[in-house]
Amino acid sequence: MAGIVIDRIAKSFGSVTALQEVSLEIADGEFVALLGPSGCGKTTLLRIMAGLESRSSGRVLIGGRDVSDLKPWERGLAMVFQNYAVFPHMTVYENVAFGLAMQKKPADVIDRQVKKAAALLHIEPYLERYPAKLSGGQRQRVAVARALAVEPAVLLMDEPLSNLDALLRLEMRAELKSVLREAGTTTVYVTHDQTEAMGLADRIAVMYGGKIVQIAPPTQVYARPATTFVGGFVGSPPMNFLPVDSQDGRVTLGGQSIPVPGSGARILGFRGEDVTLAAPADGLALTVRVVEPMGSHTLLTGRIGDAVVRIVAPSSTAVRAGDVVGLRLDPARVVFMDPASGLALDAAA
Amino acid sequence: MTQSRWLPYALLAPAMVFLGVLFFVPLVQTIVLSFQGDAGFGLGNYGKMVGDLNFGLSIRNTFLLVLTVIPLQVALALAMGLMLQKMTFGRDVVLWVWTIPLGVSDLAAGLVWLALLQNTGYVNSALFAMGLIPGPTAWLNSETPVTLFVAVVLAEVWRATAIVLVILVGGLQLIPKEFAEAAEIFGARPWTRFVKITLPLLKPSLQSALILRTVLAFEVFAVVYALGGRNFPVLVGEAYAWQRDNQNYGVAAAYAVLIMIISLAATVFWLRVLRVKPEVQG
Repeated sequence: MAGIVIDRIAKSFGSVTALQEVSLEIADGEFVALLGPSGCGKTTLLRIMAGLESRSSGRVLIGGRDVSDLKPWERGLAMVFQNYAVFPHMTVYENVAFGLAMQKKPADVIDRQVKKAAALLHIEPYLERYPAKLSGGQRQRVAVARALAVEPAVLLMDEPLSNLDALLRLEMRAELKSVLREAGTTTVYVTHDQTEAMGLADRIAVMYGGKIVQIAPPTQVYARPATTFVGGFVGSPPMNFLPVDSQDGRVTLGGQSIPVPGSGARILGFRGEDVTLAAPADGLALTVRVVEPMGSHTLLTGRIGDAVVRIVAPSSTAVRAGDVVGLRLDPARVVFMDPASGLALDAAA
Repeated sequence: MTQSRWLPYALLAPAMVFLGVLFFVPLVQTIVLSFQGDAGFGLGNYGKMVGDLNFGLSIRNTFLLVLTVIPLQVALALAMGLMLQKMTFGRDVVLWVWTIPLGVSDLAAGLVWLALLQNTGYVNSALFAMGLIPGPTAWLNSETPVTLFVAVVLAEVWRATAIVLVILVGGLQLIPKEFAEAAEIFGARPWTRFVKITLPLLKPSLQSALILRTVLAFEVFAVVYALGGRNFPVLVGEAYAWQRDNQNYGVAAAYAVLIMIISLAATVFWLRVLRVKPEVQG
């Protein structure tokens, strides 16, 4: 078991900068998700940690040891790939045993470890089969078992669930979480799916444009996004943003007076579920354009000024398209951002 | 609906006619011819073939060539293919240059190497100019079977490695790079990765390349003929000699049938040795 320190890792491909001096500390046994849209550098960072990609500058430390110039196999880690990379010409058993066989472990040790990993991932019935005979979900279990069989200090996962269908993904997500909790392995998990990151991670590092823009526990990333990008990327529906003008540290919206840090132009951010519906006269007026009943809740979409606003209303709501509703914000749950930089302003609450 | 039933056959028909007229009929004719002789239908031609002085020699030489050239070509093509995989810059240019020999006919290739290696050839002149040999040295006559053999091997490797390379490059590109990366993460060194991951996954391409090359290698002729004439007898060369010089079509046909049987046997050999079980295919 070991913690990881990413120390000012930078990477450029020719003139393209993929990572600009990223630093990140991951505690022993922690589960950190690298979350971001494609091209944000999350996979590049993971591959640099693995030693599969060279870095332009910076250091990677695993368990306090500088592994920057070590070969992948010298770093004491295991990895699960997006397309599983389960060897098609080996049985499930041989696949799971691969890492241990490469370490030249005695046969009885290999057998014990393989059986243990297989039991953990529920793949014992398939040990003698070839991967071609397995479903996508079963192959992914084999890939995870292969990684856990070597009892790695660090486990790296690159979008491991993205090739599975929705239901299987939900199932595997819960199972991964319990398996990894049990194993206590330090895990770095790359994903573009914010639900996965929210559900799995102890902390989420949101990446954008080759930088980590926020690193925090999921609930904080969700409720207190560090930038407008994070607010818009994390959460479904994304955070709503309204341009407001602060006067003497307050802004008045639909009869509500809300405290704002500083004065001048501000962006007010609020989550769709952090409002209560009221009569149009008693709140910020929203003309509902679309009503989408989702079962657990009803999604209302409309506009306030130029801004698209999405509201999560109770499924019992009687609002119909074309209705005007009043929104009352929860002052404790709104965030304010600087319109120029998009950065969150502190003391908003 | 009736149209859809006969349409596939109609579309296949030209190819079938082509194969039938230009391949199957001559094949049967050749087989029949090989059994026809002055003494009527029988094994006379085969007896004559086996009894000929050059028969054993041509069998030996042909197999010796195949057994030397094929492993060399596969090893070279593998090394070249893996190098290409590693290249990021100028890859296409290198591949293009390496495949140029594919466009050269085998007789032309033989003549190129003849120009290089004969008594008054470029290599002789260069070595003489550097003072490494006392004068023009013969390498390609019957007194120098070893250098003649080496010259034929060189020319064949130069001429026909590219086809193996092209097939293997195609195969290598089909292997997702994650397999090698996963193996690397889990502790496989380069040689282990090559043996345990790349080679097994390359098996279908290796099989195609080996079948193609082995069958063609058993038919080696023009390069040998250009470099050594009948100083280095090979099977197709003997068939040619019996047909042209001896005007004995029966014995020539017997040679042709023998070459066909050897080629078929080689194909079956590779199909069995490099069989990929269906459940193992990714």
